Amino acid sequence: MLGPVLIANRGEVAARIARTCRRLGVECIAVFSEADAGALHVTTADRAEPIGPAHPRESYLSIPALMDAARRSGARMVHPGYGFLSERAEFAEACARQGLIFVGPSPEAIRAMGGKAEARALAEAAGLPCLPGDPGADQSAEALEAAAARIGFPVMIKAIGGGGGRGMRLVPSPEGFSAALAAARREAAIFGDDRVMLERAVPSARHIEVQILGDAQGHVLHLGERDCTLQRRHQKPVEECPAPGMSEALREELGRRACALARAVGYVGAGTVEFIAEAPLHPDRVWFMEMNTRLQVEHPVTEMVTGLDIVEWQLRIAAGEALPFRQEDIAWRGHAVEARLCAEDPARSFLPSPGRLARLRLPEEAEGLRLDAGIRQGDTLSPFYDSMLAKVIAHAPTREAALEKLAVALNGCVAEGVKLNAAFLAAALRSPEMREGRMDTCFLEAARKRLLDSLTKEPATP
Amino acid sequence: MAEGVTTIRAEIGAAVWKITAPAGTEVAEEEPVLILESMKMEIPVLAPHAGRVLELLVEEGQQVEEGQPLATLRR
Repeated sequence: MLGPVLIANRGEVAARIARTCRRLGVECIAVFSEADAGALHVTTADRAEPIGPAHPRESYLSIPALMDAARRSGARMVHPGYGFLSERAEFAEACARQGLIFVGPSPEAIRAMGGKAEARALAEAAGLPCLPGDPGADQSAEALEAAAARIGFPVMIKAIGGGGGRGMRLVPSPEGFSAALAAARREAAIFGDDRVMLERAVPSARHIEVQILGDAQGHVLHLGERDCTLQRRHQKPVEECPAPGMSEALREELGRRACALARAVGYVGAGTVEFIAEAPLHPDRVWFMEMNTRLQVEHPVTEMVTGLDIVEWQLRIAAGEALPFRQEDIAWRGHAVEARLCAEDPARSFLPSPGRLARLRLPEEAEGLRLDAGIRQGDTLSPFYDSMLAKVIAHAPTREAALEKLAVALNGCVAEGVKLNAAFLAAALRSPEMREGRMDTCFLEAARKRLLDSLTKEPATP
Repeated sequence: MAEGVTTIRAEIGAAVWKITAPAGTEVAEEEPVLILESMKMEIPVLAPHAGRVLELLVEEGQQVEEGQPLATLRR
């Protein structure tokens, strides 16, 4: 039996999980901080429990507050969503101690994939190609400089405890290494850990990730790839499925690699294995990056193309059900593209834009057009929480049609009171780079000014 | 405001995450004075010119509104 499910999250993802629960007839319970008492995600659940003050540390990141809410509500399962506690092994352990089913992998699998250097070592042992790198066992400047010379330039310096692009520095040549190392360390130290690791950098990179599902009976299969190449501030605002230029043979190969890693850590649940690739796509130019042990923000593009509800399978797997389909049953139909609507200002280098949404118009759902929203007109976007307020996903028979369908939907968005990235993303979707599949991870920031100029000249037409 | 003294203001609504240059610190142009946090993004507030931080008008953890004075800086 499924449920009742406590959704230990807020906003868009909480509302999205509630939607699957409602479809399955499974009772679900929302949680809310003092800032979220009237939030949309609270109204989408059957019941709701208060969990404390607005600051996430005292509410959405507080394991005791969430465990209390689970006890009070009589929940049997806990879905962590993404962000917040979704990749914290201690949260999965706390659930188990209280006799709750954590909707996600085991604490051991979360830990195994949680550290960048350890995950890389496991992937290499499982036979996944990785970029030449150095785990940073010796943190002296001399040792790191020697390691960089051995790896070869351009090299990427990464903070071991970092995430979201913190403490990351691209070093094109040996001359810039020591200054970049000092800068990366300073930045990493602000977050309490100044250790760094090195990896060969890939110029003109693509980000490709593979969605996997594993059940408690030991079956592991993949749902194909997503392309998440577009980035700003090291975060992804647009994702698509399938990846442009992906052959069936390469999909099979990357799926095989992702499943091998999942099996190596005894993975149960939905997970994502991320790769970095150099265009044009070829098996010898795709390397393992990391594994995310949770639902991914961009999971809807996979759902629209495969017809599967990933949240449903997370719940069923967590409840002990075996996957009733096999790899050969998975089929990919058409093309889906997702845009993350964020309260941010592309004209000011994507600076966040908290505030009250005096007016808001989002696209209406239609055939092949999905809206996952976490807010409504009149809501206030607090500086305490993520700037993503909704996702719009378009599905069409071809990539060209899906890109245009999404661009049209985004151009219909209206927001007053906060800045919204919708029109900017529409311009990016209609750029020749995107249309022709020539984008790389630097494209969005490099083309920012040109895309903004195209907006002021022709506000709503291609 | 006295001559040669600049007031540094918050660009957006945020919480003060870290003060990196307490009162009395000499800072170079574009060196961070404090770091704000808004919508999960850390936003360094940079000195508009070189000088000495005269006074910090906020504390770590405090919420600030857009336009709120954060610190004063003497050239």
